[in-house]
Amino acid sequence: MSELSTSTIPSTSRSSSSAWCACLIALVLLAITPGHAEAADDELRRVAVADPYLEMHTGPGRGYPIFHVVDRGESVEIVMQRTDWYQVRAANGVEGWVDQAQMELTLKPDGSEVDFARATLEDFTNAKWEAGLLAGDFGGANIISLYGGYSLNPHVSVEVWGSQILGNFSNGWMGSVNVVHETWPDWRFSPFFTLGVGVIHTSPKSTIVQGEDRTDEVGHVGVGLRVYATRRFLFRVEYKSYVVFTSRDENEEVEEWKAGFAFFF
Amino acid sequence: MESRFRVLFLITLVIMLSGCAATKNLFGIGDEEAPPPSSEPPGQVVDPQVERREIKEPKIDREDFEVSAFAGLMNIEDFGSDLVYGLRFAYHITEGFFIEASAGQSEAGLTSFEALSGGALLFEDRTLTYYNLNLGYNILPGEVFLGEGRAYNTQFYLIAGLGSTEFAEDDRFTVNFGAGFRFLITDSVALHADFRDHLFDIDILGREKTTHNLEGTIGVSVFF
Repeated sequence: MSELSTSTIPSTSRSSSSAWCACLIALVLLAITPGHAEAADDELRRVAVADPYLEMHTGPGRGYPIFHVVDRGESVEIVMQRTDWYQVRAANGVEGWVDQAQMELTLKPDGSEVDFARATLEDFTNAKWEAGLLAGDFGGANIISLYGGYSLNPHVSVEVWGSQILGNFSNGWMGSVNVVHETWPDWRFSPFFTLGVGVIHTSPKSTIVQGEDRTDEVGHVGVGLRVYATRRFLFRVEYKSYVVFTSRDENEEVEEWKAGFAFFF
Repeated sequence: MESRFRVLFLITLVIMLSGCAATKNLFGIGDEEAPPPSSEPPGQVVDPQVERREIKEPKIDREDFEVSAFAGLMNIEDFGSDLVYGLRFAYHITEGFFIEASAGQSEAGLTSFEALSGGALLFEDRTLTYYNLNLGYNILPGEVFLGEGRAYNTQFYLIAGLGSTEFAEDDRFTVNFGAGFRFLITDSVALHADFRDHLFDIDILGREKTTHNLEGTIGVSVFF
């Protein structure tokens, strides 16, 4: 009977003794009784130390010294999180910072492992939203761009861009909407193709006497590379070729190179 | 002998009865026995009599964002020094790296030429405003001690980035870099001292040149 129950309840990844499993099951059974659910929010912030000891640093960084340890079996309360560090309060009221690797070896009050979500390469592929900042060269002028994107599926996403163009003879801004296609979205170095339309506004610098403000429509094609760095962070480089539909006889062509970083969430 | 016949008789009886039963079921003769009424929908084999506990991620207060207000002195090359003030917004990616958006404003004084010429201004709007987007790195994290019983966490960081400065009636592409010191009064409130150089090109005084515009500020920040 006991064998049956251990096989039907998914066990944790740690291959500890069966006595541990029995304890876990007993705790799970205790926890799933009604009445515990209301207190769930508070309970989740309280975890029990499963490692031989939990090292508390004076600050949220590797260099800060360890000034206190909490022994196995004792519980600590999580006060807050900053980057990969957790501020915890021990039963005796001492507060300190613990890194994520150690926090992952703690247990919830019901005995299950705490899942401290950390973004992975899989999230890089599947995340819905993305926002970033790129800078570079736009036909000889400097360009600073911000963008936000939404993924319709892992391969196709839609982006909205806003850019400021700062040149020697003229300044301006540009807004555009584009569609991005990623052929291999699950690769760490993921190439993409893009196609879009927008509006560009240019005004000559105040020291230039001739010239007037212009607003034109633009169309562009481009290629680029998204590179997963760490956590929710990625690097992005791209080349775009713009056609500015001017009111004059000939359209203007502008090449753009940009590099920067972005977040997905 | 008699018992053997009895056994044989019983066996034949059992076979005949079961045969009859089978035929009855096979041809559908006899009383229709309705299947026992079932309250469960088909397919539901076992009804687990346990309430499944909703699995939740730990709701932990994340404090990776930092907003700060600052004020100080900015020297605009050729245009003297004046008060600068502004806001900064940072996101801490790791214990080392953070990104920051910063915006500030200052006033330009008179160049020597403008002062000597007696009122002839090179341009009317004397306000300088800038924004920049930066990447910072906490290169020297540490602690400072006040007396015997108090220790405060500190971080000395390097920071650099790109942006735009609106000055002398034009937007100017600006590179800035510098260093700062973060003094954490509590785990969520910090004091800052920053020193940065803003580099941009200006041609208002005849020849185009790259100017260094030094800025020293102090500020207060809150993590949330």
